[in-house]
Amino acid sequence: MVELAAADAKATAPLPVADRPLRIALVGAPNSGKTALFNALTGARQKVANYPGVTVERKEGAASTPAGRRVRVIDLPGTYSLRARSPDEEVTRDVVLGRLPGEAPIDLLVCVADATNLRLVLRLVLELKAVGTPMVLALNMVDIAERQGLAIDLDTLAAELGITVVPTVATRRRGIDRLLEAADTTGARDASARGWSAPDAAALRAAHARAEKLFKAVVRPPARPDTWTGKLDDVLLHPVFGTAILLFTLFLMFQAVFAGATPLMDAITAGFDALGHTLKAVMPEGPLRDLLADGVIAGVGSVLVFVPQIAILFLFIILLEDSGYMGRAAFLMDRMMGGAGLHGRAFIPLLSSFACAIPGIMSTRVIDNKRDRITTILIAPLMTCSARIPVYTLIIGAFVPRTLIGGVMNLQGLVMFGLYAAGIFSGLCVAWVIRRLFMKGDSEPFLMELPAYKRPELRNVLVSVWVRLKAFLTRAGTTILAIMIVIWWLSNTPGAPVGATGPAIDYSFAGRIGHFIAPVFAPVGFNWAIALALIPAFAAREVMVATLGAVYAVAAGGEATGALGQTLHNAWSTPTALALLAWFVFAPQCASTLSVVRRETDSWVWPLVMVSYMTALAYAGAFVVFQLATAAGL
Amino acid sequence: MFDVAAKTVSLANARKGDRGVIVKVGGVLQSDELERRLLEIGFVEGAQISVLHEGPFGRDPIAVRVDDTRVALRRREANDIMLRLETAPPVAA
Repeated sequence: MVELAAADAKATAPLPVADRPLRIALVGAPNSGKTALFNALTGARQKVANYPGVTVERKEGAASTPAGRRVRVIDLPGTYSLRARSPDEEVTRDVVLGRLPGEAPIDLLVCVADATNLRLVLRLVLELKAVGTPMVLALNMVDIAERQGLAIDLDTLAAELGITVVPTVATRRRGIDRLLEAADTTGARDASARGWSAPDAAALRAAHARAEKLFKAVVRPPARPDTWTGKLDDVLLHPVFGTAILLFTLFLMFQAVFAGATPLMDAITAGFDALGHTLKAVMPEGPLRDLLADGVIAGVGSVLVFVPQIAILFLFIILLEDSGYMGRAAFLMDRMMGGAGLHGRAFIPLLSSFACAIPGIMSTRVIDNKRDRITTILIAPLMTCSARIPVYTLIIGAFVPRTLIGGVMNLQGLVMFGLYAAGIFSGLCVAWVIRRLFMKGDSEPFLMELPAYKRPELRNVLVSVWVRLKAFLTRAGTTILAIMIVIWWLSNTPGAPVGATGPAIDYSFAGRIGHFIAPVFAPVGFNWAIALALIPAFAAREVMVATLGAVYAVAAGGEATGALGQTLHNAWSTPTALALLAWFVFAPQCASTLSVVRRETDSWVWPLVMVSYMTALAYAGAFVVFQLATAAGL
Repeated sequence: MFDVAAKTVSLANARKGDRGVIVKVGGVLQSDELERRLLEIGFVEGAQISVLHEGPFGRDPIAVRVDDTRVALRRREANDIMLRLETAPPVAA
């Protein structure tokens, strides 16, 4: 049994309660339950931002000690060593060493260890001790250790390491108070510490030997070791069953995202429509009314409509992460991803992008290496997102005959499948090219711990989903909304002159731009109406359908798309329609995605790269399709 | 101590079910960085190691148990780890 009394290695005089909040940083290996401990310490009172100049997430929360001292807790990215290899780990190193500009030095390091997997973390503790900052070792998940009959001699461990050791169960808030008590008795910096320098291989081996000796002295191996993880892995990592289960899990996830989110999304759309109508009814006619109703309210609505999908996707992703399955999914898919120069972990973000590239790009944070992460972000929008479906459905319905092929496959369904396949295939090709030509250098070694399976804890999951949603709403929301309003303004200003016969958008700036750029699109078979509709479609792809409806003076409500399809069928040639489909496979037609890329990469470079390469691909793709289809006499 | 028939192999060529003791980390791929990363995640001389699973495509990557830790890695990186098999492999290549 683990002895639950915290053992103090040395008597430290409590510091007087200062006005300045105490700064605590959580350090530890991935999967040590560090984030759960952070959630337990700070509740939902978290501030998530980026460290200046890097894409690394900075998570800070507030707490207070039993003595009433305010505490600022910082959750640092997981690492096995202070020797930094990724931007995340550089932040961990620089914060721990107090080298990061703008970050005050840390008063207390809390090294978080999985009590059932102590061996590796002891080496990290020895490394961290060299820094000289006061430190506490939080032995997390001691409940699991107890259940396994694993015994840890806390007194000897504390004495040998010379630091306070506190057993914790983050998910049940056990040991949290003791941890905060330890903060009250934080001593001064260890002046005798030799300071940290990157250990070489020999130093690592020596530290391993010391850690191993200590481990043998204080840990009695479990009487009932966890056999579940091994048994589950036999099934979940099985070449056939494991892959089938992974595919089924993904299928469930998509069902939940599409089927589960639809009623909520419909409700949000209906709610904002009603709000807009009400506003139009009560406000006097004029530009302000139109701006509020059609610009602001419709703009906010078009951002909020993503929320159900994002929430459900993140719920799944966090469940997969917390249960320990995510690493297994990466293991199963690594070979396929690796062929394109991507990391196994790129799999889930790319998959999420089929619902919407925004949560997909946000979830690339699971990829440590910057090159791998940027490559994944750049190809995420090539995965066919749900906003393309209305456009695909409209054009396929109008131009592709419902012929059965081989008696079983519908040609329309086949074209739809082909568009998805084209997205995936081109995404993998682009990744390959990026990694070979622009982001050369060895691909990140796939070296990943497969943690023991754990039951996710509801509260922890909900806090994590909420933190993600808040990030989307507060930061992306503001940029996306601004872009929506600009596009609305371009599409409505100036209004149609009195007695105008054409659609109002034709007279607006967007209309003029459409006419102006139409010649550019002639080689790919687009007429001015398509060129024009591409501009508001930049706000959201599905807006294309509504705009085409307006341009062709057809009410394009849900039930009227059949009529619009008929009109388009008469107005466009088949090569034009096919070229437009090709365009939509590649085109960066979504301002929201670009603003999220800017936020996630903290740079305008990558959104610009994305727009450039995707537009080039879209134009080339549409050109080839149009010319081939014309030559084929379609 | 060891079976006279004990064989030293590279982890890159180990198959599912193989188990043994790590005898050397690093030196093959001539990457000091990789050597240190392997050490940090627990691949160290003297550690017990067994191959638990092989990936579904081309038996790559592999999942191994190093002492108490389960780790996934590609065979490419596994080249840098030599182990002494505790029992002879079922079929010699």
